[in-house]
Amino acid sequence: MYVYSIFNMAEKKFTVLDLLNLDLSGHDALHLKCIAGRRGLPRAITSPEINRPGLALCGFYESFANNRLQLFGRGEVAYLNRLHQENSSESIKFFLESQLPCCVFTYNLEPTEEFRQIAEENCCPLLQTDLTSTEFTHRILRVFSNTFAPKTTQHGVLVEVYGIGILLNGHSGVGKSETALELVERGHRLVADDIIDIRCVNGNTLLGRGANTMISHHMEIRGLGIINISQLYGVGAIRNQKEVQLVVKLEDWDSTKTYDRLGTEQKYKELLGVKVPMIEIPVKPGRNLPIIIEAAAMNERLKNMGYNSAKDFNLNILKWIETGDAKIAYNSNDDSY
Amino acid sequence: MIEKILTVKNRAGIHARPAAIIAQTANKFQSEISITRDDATVNAKSIMGVIAMGAGYNTQLTITVEGPDESEAVAVLENLFDSKFEEE
Repeated sequence: MYVYSIFNMAEKKFTVLDLLNLDLSGHDALHLKCIAGRRGLPRAITSPEINRPGLALCGFYESFANNRLQLFGRGEVAYLNRLHQENSSESIKFFLESQLPCCVFTYNLEPTEEFRQIAEENCCPLLQTDLTSTEFTHRILRVFSNTFAPKTTQHGVLVEVYGIGILLNGHSGVGKSETALELVERGHRLVADDIIDIRCVNGNTLLGRGANTMISHHMEIRGLGIINISQLYGVGAIRNQKEVQLVVKLEDWDSTKTYDRLGTEQKYKELLGVKVPMIEIPVKPGRNLPIIIEAAAMNERLKNMGYNSAKDFNLNILKWIETGDAKIAYNSNDDSY
Repeated sequence: MIEKILTVKNRAGIHARPAAIIAQTANKFQSEISITRDDATVNAKSIMGVIAMGAGYNTQLTITVEGPDESEAVAVLENLFDSKFEEE
């Protein structure tokens, strides 16, 4: 799901108005409209969870999660109607006076007249949707999980090679953009160049995309300047968002450093608490980086499927050595066996 | 490590040309140079990064420099901002 937000790069509060303005469609759409309390639309939503206010409406306020979006389904509306019949509005007043972000009525249900009036007095936004409570709950929790996900910004280039999202890291001038350009030429996709926004969803998945939609899919190549990849290579060469599955660190060849020559040790880079496999590739004139990165991507795919080439290789070597030893023992004149 | 707060004095803000000048100047130094606006930090040696900050007229930016030639880098960058990137 791609949540297109109107955030600028700085951290901004997520308000009820922002929730109404989210560009969601199909299975993600919330179908929300504001039916009362418009003055409260600038209120901020600070919690990624929702609450069904049954207990609070009945007067039990211990552990009342008043910083959460309040969901009014069929049961809650039936109770409001009962309160209307009994002419009792104390609990409604107390409820709406606490600084709630907003109330959402599902199944296109309507609040009672008193509820609407007290909400207007307290500037509490009342929203309505035609979705069922369960469906709305699923969708809003997905939206919140995206909005409140821990975020960070990385300098690098994010590309998708053979289905694997690769983040190219390294100092300025080492060749990240040029490598990405050749990968695009070879049929892979560019997600973003230079500033990558990474969000951690579900505690274990890192989603990366360009930080700024104005300059997304543009690349800066020394000598050429700024080029627009989607115009030059077409829509098949770009992607808006991709999981970060591998980090490739490009470094200038350091003759004093030992580079991994076996591939059995896995290095990791930790981003937002998630360990992403990392490989360090030395850059030297004449080395074909895009080919190496393609091979790395395919290797990563194999590893995900359970085949680790380097480890299999070593197991085979061990078996070969063992059988070699056994043959020598069998054929030799040594009587100790 | 040196941190300095600089203000954008150009009426047009930091568009492509000033961003390119900042990046080219930053690239001349060995030190790591980054620019922070509110919460977002970008690498000053990358043009796209500097443009993406969207810094307009009167925006306050914090530059952080760390490396062997840090004091020289800060002085040159400060001059650059003061001279309005040789635009006005």
